[in-house]
Amino acid sequence: MTTAVAVPPASPRRRTYPTGWWGMVVLIMTEAMIFAGLLSSYFFVRAISPEWPLGHIEPPELKRISLFTVVLLGSSVPIFWAESAIRKGNQRGLRLGLLLSFLLGAIFMANLFFEYEELHFGVRDNAYASLYYAITGLHGLHVFVGLVMNLVVQIKAWQGKFTASRHLTVEIFGLYWHFVDVVWIFVFSSLYVSVGHW
Amino acid sequence: MAVVEERSAEEIEHELHEVWEDAPGIPGFFATVDHKRIGMRYIYTAFIFFFIAGVQALFIRAQLTVPEADVVGPETYNQLFTMHGTTMIFLFNTPVLAGFGNYLLPLQLGTRDMAFPRLNAFSYWVFVLAGIFMYTSYLVGAPPDGGWFAYLPLTDKVNSPGVNLDFWGLGVIFVGISTTVGAINFIVTTFKLRAPGMSINRLPLFVWSILAMAFMIIFAVPAVTLAAALLEADRLFGTAFFDVARGGSALLYQHLFWFWGHPEVYILFVPAVGMVSMMIPVFSRRAVSGYVWAVGSLVAIAFISFGVWVHHMFAAGLPALAMSFFSAASLVIAIPSGVLFFVWIATMWQGRVRWTTPMLFSFGFLFIFLAGGLTGVMVSVLPFDWQVTDSYFIVAHFHYVLNGAVVFPIFGALYFWLPKMTGRMLSERLGRLSFWSMFVGFNVAFFPMHVLGLLGMPRRVYTYAEGLGWETLNVVVTAGSLLFGLGTLLTVVAWVMSRSRGAPAGDNPWDADSLEWSVASPTPHYNFRAIPVVASRHPLWDQQLLPEAISGDDEGTRSMGTPGALADETPITTGLDAGAEETMEIPRETYLPFLLALGLAVFFTGLLVEAVVIGVAGLVVATIGLLWWAWRTEADLV
Amino acid sequence: MAAALVAGACGSGSPSALDPKGPASERIAEVWWLMLALAVVVYLVVGGLILVASRRKRDAQEGGRRLPLSENAFIWIGGIAVPTAILVVLAVVTVSSTAELTQADDDPLRIEVEGFKWWWEVRYPDADVVTANEVHVPAGRPVEIELTTADVIHSFWVPELAGKVDLVPGQRNILRLTADEPGEYRGQCAEFCGIQHARMAFLVIADEPSAFDDWIERHRAPPPEPPPGPAAEGERIFESSSCAGCHTVRGTSARGTSGPDLSDFGSRRTIGAATVENNRGNLGGWIVNAQALKPGNLMPPVSLEPDELQALIAYLESRR
Repeated sequence: MTTAVAVPPASPRRRTYPTGWWGMVVLIMTEAMIFAGLLSSYFFVRAISPEWPLGHIEPPELKRISLFTVVLLGSSVPIFWAESAIRKGNQRGLRLGLLLSFLLGAIFMANLFFEYEELHFGVRDNAYASLYYAITGLHGLHVFVGLVMNLVVQIKAWQGKFTASRHLTVEIFGLYWHFVDVVWIFVFSSLYVSVGHW
Repeated sequence: MAVVEERSAEEIEHELHEVWEDAPGIPGFFATVDHKRIGMRYIYTAFIFFFIAGVQALFIRAQLTVPEADVVGPETYNQLFTMHGTTMIFLFNTPVLAGFGNYLLPLQLGTRDMAFPRLNAFSYWVFVLAGIFMYTSYLVGAPPDGGWFAYLPLTDKVNSPGVNLDFWGLGVIFVGISTTVGAINFIVTTFKLRAPGMSINRLPLFVWSILAMAFMIIFAVPAVTLAAALLEADRLFGTAFFDVARGGSALLYQHLFWFWGHPEVYILFVPAVGMVSMMIPVFSRRAVSGYVWAVGSLVAIAFISFGVWVHHMFAAGLPALAMSFFSAASLVIAIPSGVLFFVWIATMWQGRVRWTTPMLFSFGFLFIFLAGGLTGVMVSVLPFDWQVTDSYFIVAHFHYVLNGAVVFPIFGALYFWLPKMTGRMLSERLGRLSFWSMFVGFNVAFFPMHVLGLLGMPRRVYTYAEGLGWETLNVVVTAGSLLFGLGTLLTVVAWVMSRSRGAPAGDNPWDADSLEWSVASPTPHYNFRAIPVVASRHPLWDQQLLPEAISGDDEGTRSMGTPGALADETPITTGLDAGAEETMEIPRETYLPFLLALGLAVFFTGLLVEAVVIGVAGLVVATIGLLWWAWRTEADLV
Repeated sequence: MAAALVAGACGSGSPSALDPKGPASERIAEVWWLMLALAVVVYLVVGGLILVASRRKRDAQEGGRRLPLSENAFIWIGGIAVPTAILVVLAVVTVSSTAELTQADDDPLRIEVEGFKWWWEVRYPDADVVTANEVHVPAGRPVEIELTTADVIHSFWVPELAGKVDLVPGQRNILRLTADEPGEYRGQCAEFCGIQHARMAFLVIADEPSAFDDWIERHRAPPPEPPPGPAAEGERIFESSSCAGCHTVRGTSARGTSGPDLSDFGSRRTIGAATVENNRGNLGGWIVNAQALKPGNLMPPVSLEPDELQALIAYLESRR
């Protein structure tokens, strides 16, 4: 009872965005809402507080964190290299780009731990302290997850699993890593720049 | 292709069966990634929670029938209404709609599975484990008792030292993972897995409603996850987010909670609207009038629902100007609802209505939602809300919207779509009986609650004094709730009886228009042997001979014909006009989703009992699961 | 049906929002009746359209009936134009009534109400008077109640007099109300606040202004020494037993603050935040085992010899 018809083939030159890419985009949207919620909470509590930071906590110092902000944002650049390298089938560029990005991300992560060591307040001290740890901690967790993802992608890259036409994993990871960096811009400007001192 | 054509139809059928059939027994049960099995499982599991929450409701009514009753004590009562609300919202309404979405979306879109079948299995396992997690609280005698929105400081460690609230807070975070993952799946499936020719303006309204729901989930659920996470951080780790003494804010919790809480109402309501918008045209024997109006309304509701959350906090002492803004925004949301009403009226008006059970339920929905919508407009008027918020008027209002306007479409959908799922019709006679019992029972139970609220009865009281004029109406309410409960049971009877005695459904028992009715009932494992080619919004009505695609040689069309089904593949199409784009391999059965969900359950249990070892163990299992999953995912094949 | 139910239920002793006894609740009731009228009309019109649209069509024409208007016009008028008109009316009503109800009065009587689990402390800051679970107000004079909480969120609601306002930690919320006539108006906590949320009620007692002034004057000073006999013995028991740990009676050494101030207990109409009537039997029962009357409340059982109990009751009754 049915008729069979041929469907026009896909246009070959068109860039395609497969399901995995879309999935990551939607995941990023929902993750972004978590950060938006936390930063809104930060400003909500700040707005009702007589002083900020609360409880005579010293405002954050900006020199060092600015340096590491450059490091983290800089870690996105090698990802762009890696992506454009593999599009041309350049395995070496892919591997080096991923490795460099991993190192920059790891340096940022290490700084976070040192910073926590040096802070003179604990997470329970007051709402400012709780929000500070929650926001930087959640971002740090995302950096950590990004580093783990980087490792998985990198192992696959060193095994030569990606080709010029098949490297969706690299692109999906790239999306996530750029997101982690962009979120940091918001965290940096809210938690540091808007209260801190040089 | 030549290879295929040499084989007989039986051989092909046999081979398809080999490719698609799950392993039998327990292994297949835990490893399946079939959206149909998962969808039905969602529905069954959600209905178990529905009846648990229903029994809780009847206990609540037993306690309130007469003043100063002593059926259950205050402690038990507070647990009952907390778990009734929590169960209905998190464990029934949301998942049952996800279940219908799961089953129907790939069929209505004309594809062979969801975009992420393993994530789909994962979100089911998370849902069921989160439900078990929350209900374990009954086994240890500590069910949550802080109300379903768990306001602080009542729910902080000082005022609720027990583990009760931790079951709630951690459970909400846990089940939120399921909802979010499901939403991602719905969105990507809708955009990427449509049959060729099903451009965005030909999507069935149910698909539109699921899409709107999924986007609302993506933007709203993070807020409740955050609220519950910060609550648990305060409770377990002593942080100060909501502790006023340490500079935190109790109102912050309310803002976060209701930023999700109000869209959540529409997250539940919009798919119900989608169901009704599928059923009314079918039983009016004509295409829906004003398709674009209906789509626009669904999208508008999704948008506006994010601008109204403060109307849950009108009595909290916020600035009057801010409240006036939210009051006005809350009024505006009535307009898309009004449009939907006239879409449905115009459809019926220009069609010829068939009085089947699904149509009766849709009809009941119209009258109940009309009332609930009107009281919704009333409570968005600021001064009036000051009188009725937190009174039985609100209890009445949200049961009209969340019970009446959501549960009635769901019951209608059971009669409408179960035949597709099981291959057997449900009894029309029992269906009618069930409908009238539910409809009358519903109105007798919930209408008088409006009056009780106006007469000063606050919500969440476990008892009330004599002589306040609330006695008679409370007896009426209880009587109505029994009748309503009876009606729901009749549908269960119809459901069970249909398995053995139901008439065979055939492919398209209702003469409906969307693609799910083009395949056999119950649906074959592979959904479509060859993907249909769509040229209309109502393919089964307008395309007498529904054309099937044949596999081409390129990446975009090679899986469209029978070879695609044999290769366990399905086509990916372009986002707006559904042209050929790529081919997706459908994953085989796997235990990974179950393992990962189990790891998360262990992790949350560790947090619950504050045992680091258990928490870490769960995290390790989950991480191994995730890494293994990431490792095995060959997304690069496409 | 609604109107019948309301009519039947009014005047039956309910603390009804539809039986307003003050300007605030009256304004809200007016808004309600307007909205109810509009809602009934909308319900009948839309419901009627649904019934007409779904009626069985006897004529055999295939495509059903034609709409009286074009499809777009039908949806446009019914779904957008008419609702918008109604909503504009309601928006205007909302804004004007909100402005009216949040306007500060000249020279209001200031009262502070603080919520506790599960009772209310009522203070008159200008007169240094403290009582509990009863808000005495002069009839006809605007009252401005400042609401705070000692623990969790509560909500102060006297339906006959005004809408409700929450008691939120860290906030001082204001509720304005006026009782037109002398009388007793029942109020109740409306925000779930724990195990005894249901029995956290109170009374607003409106007196003639002169009677109110007398009441204030009487309560400014500490209550008189108890007369010799059982009441005096009761005071000794009160001060030396666990009572004084939680309750205050002015002019004595009892200075507890976690329970209600009992300085004027004898004149109160109820016990346990309007749980039971204040009489000897209930008071005795409450003292011996308050948990039986209000399970989960924070008052522990007190074990006393019968004559000690009688003395304590006599003492408390003399605190007026």
